[in-house]
Amino acid sequence: MSIHDLVADDQPENFSFSAENEDKIVKIIAKYPEGRQASAVMPLLDLAQRQHDNWIPMKAIELIAERLGMAKIRVLEVASFYTMYNLKPVGKYFLQLCGTTPCMLRGSDDVTRCIKDKLGISSGEMTSDGKFSLLEVECLGACVNAPIIQVNDDFYEDLDYDSTETLIDALSKDAPPPIGSVKMRSGSQAETGPTSLEKMAAKSQKKKSEKTAGTAAEQSRN
Amino acid sequence: MLQDKDRIFTNIYGWQEAGLSGAKKRGDWDNTKAILAVGHDEIVDRMKQSGLRGRGGAGFPTGVKWSFMPKEVTNRPHYLVVNADESEPGTCKDRDIIRHEPHKLIEGCLVAGFAMRAHVAYIYIRGEFVNEYRALQSAVDEAYEDGLLGSNAANSGWAFDVYVHRGAGAYICGEETALLESLEGKKGQPRLKPPFPAGVGLYGCPTTVNNVESIAVGPTILRRGADWFSSLGKENNTGTKLFCISGHVNAPCNVEEEMGIPLKELLEKHAGGVRGGWDNLLAVIPGGSSTPLLTKDVCETMTMDFDALKAAGTGLGTAGIIVMDKSTDIVRAISRLSYFYKHESCGQCTPCREGTGWMWRMMDRMVRGQAEPHEIDTLYEITKQVEGHTICALGDAAAWPIQGLIKNFRPEIERRIEMNKTVTQAAE
Repeated sequence: MSIHDLVADDQPENFSFSAENEDKIVKIIAKYPEGRQASAVMPLLDLAQRQHDNWIPMKAIELIAERLGMAKIRVLEVASFYTMYNLKPVGKYFLQLCGTTPCMLRGSDDVTRCIKDKLGISSGEMTSDGKFSLLEVECLGACVNAPIIQVNDDFYEDLDYDSTETLIDALSKDAPPPIGSVKMRSGSQAETGPTSLEKMAAKSQKKKSEKTAGTAAEQSRN
Repeated sequence: MLQDKDRIFTNIYGWQEAGLSGAKKRGDWDNTKAILAVGHDEIVDRMKQSGLRGRGGAGFPTGVKWSFMPKEVTNRPHYLVVNADESEPGTCKDRDIIRHEPHKLIEGCLVAGFAMRAHVAYIYIRGEFVNEYRALQSAVDEAYEDGLLGSNAANSGWAFDVYVHRGAGAYICGEETALLESLEGKKGQPRLKPPFPAGVGLYGCPTTVNNVESIAVGPTILRRGADWFSSLGKENNTGTKLFCISGHVNAPCNVEEEMGIPLKELLEKHAGGVRGGWDNLLAVIPGGSSTPLLTKDVCETMTMDFDALKAAGTGLGTAGIIVMDKSTDIVRAISRLSYFYKHESCGQCTPCREGTGWMWRMMDRMVRGQAEPHEIDTLYEITKQVEGHTICALGDAAAWPIQGLIKNFRPEIERRIEMNKTVTQAAE
C-alpha cells in the first residue's frame, strides 16, 4: 500500500496546537525521562487528531517530529502503523464495528446489515453528508458485551439489529444515548442477574435509585 | 464454588464507587506501608509461595518473574510496566479491573514496583479503552492527592510514580517487547530475546512487564497471606481467576472463580448455560482466540486451569472462553480469527507476514468449500511452517486455531469441499 492510499489528498496548509494543548504537551513530555521525549509521540498524535476533527494532517506530523526531535519519517511510521490514527477525514460519528469472532457469534452481521440498510455504507465508507463513517475493526475487548460498536470514544454494547437502528436514529439527531450496554446491564454482569456477590448487589441496589444507571467511566467523564 | 469472602474483585461489576473512597471501603490501600515494610525480597518470596501464575496468558509464576530483576540498582533505573493492552479476542477482564477496581491495580503497582526496586510504573492501556483510561487516570490523580503515590508513597518512604500511556490500536503491543518499543515511541514490533526485559527492557533498563490482573491481585495476596491464596484452586494452579464467558451462552458475563473449576459448572452456574442446553454445544475456545478449541466431549470433564488445558493440547491463556453452539459455522468462526491475525501481524517476520495472509486466504476458501481435499493438508503444513519460526508468538497464535479446527473438524471441511463440487458440477 502506498502512502498516497493512506493519507488524505486534501491537506491543510498549516497546523499548530491550541494553547490548551500546548499546556498538555508540557505535562505529557514530563511523564518520560529526560532525552526520551520520543515516547510522547503517541499522545501527541492523539492530541492532534482530537484537535483536528478526528484526523491527523501531514503538517501535524511534521510539527510533532520537530517538537520531539524525531525524523519526520519516524513519526509518519508510527502514525501509519497504529490503526487508530486517522490520516484521512472520518465522519462526525465514526462507527467502529467489531467483527471478530466473539462479536460475530453474537450477531455482528446483523449490526453490519442494519448500518448498510440505514446509512447505505459499508466498511471504509462515509455518508455523503460526512455525518457517519464505518470501519470494521478487530476485537474491541468487551466480548461478554458483544456485539459492540465504538462511536468515536464510546462503546455501545449488547447490540442487535433493532437497537442499532435506535442508536443510529439518535446519533442522526445529535442526541447520543447513554454509553455502555443498550440493555442497561451493569458492566459485565450476567443479564439475568448476579451469580456471585449477591449481598453487594443488594446493597448497591439501594444506592442505585439515587442516580441513573451508568458506569464509573461515565461518571469520571462528567 | 468460590465463596464471596474469597473473592478479590468485589466491585468487578461496578455496583459501587470505583474511586478512592469506595476502594478504601473495600480494603484497598489499608496500611500499604506495612506490606512494604517486610522488604523487597520478602514480598517476592511471598508471591512465589502464593503460586500465582501470570494472568496474561503464558502462566509464568509471577514471583519468579519478579526475582529476575537485579538486586542492586545501578545507574540504570528499574521499571515496572503493566500490560493493559487487552486485545486477545474473547478477553475483557482487565477492562473491568481498570474501570471498576482501578485502585487495586494502582496499589498493586506500588507493591510490585517496590518489590523489584522500581520507582516508576507505566501502565500501557489499549487505545480503544478511552473511558477506561479516563477512569484510571482519575484514580491515579486521586492517589497522588492522597499521598498514596509520589515522593513518599503511602507513607512508606519509597518514591513511586505511576504514568498511564495509551496505545492506538495494535494487538501486537500486547507482546511485552513490542509494548516496550511502542512505549519508546516506535512501531510496535517485538524484539529478539535474549536479552530479556529484566536485563534490557524499557530505555535499555531492567524492566518487568506484567498483566493487569497479576498486578491487581498482589496487595490482596500479601494482605491475606500466600497460604490463603494457595489454598484456593489446585496444586500448581492456585488462587482465583477472572473468567470471561462470551459467545453462545444464555448470559455472557465476567466472573471471578476458583482456578480449576469444571468448565461445565462455570458455564451453567454463571453464564446461564449453553444456548439451547448443554447438548447443543459444539465447541469451546477456552483461553482467548489463540488457544485451540475443545470439542463437546472433552468439555464434559475439562477443568479450567493451566495444566489440565495444556494436557488437552490447548491452554488457559487469558481465560477468555468463547462458546459455540451447534448453529455455529465453525469454519467461518476460525476463518474470522485467521483474518484477525492477518490484520494484526506487525510484518516484521516473513513467515508471519506472508503466512497469516496465506492461511486466511485458504481458510476463506475452505468456508465456501472452494478447495481440493488435499489442500487441507497443505493448509496444515503452512501452519507448521509459521509456528515456531517467528520472533514472537503471534505466528503461533495464528497457526493454533487452524490446527485445532483441522484436528477436530476435518470431516466438516471435507463435507463443504464435496458439496461445493456437487453444486459446481450441477451448475455445469
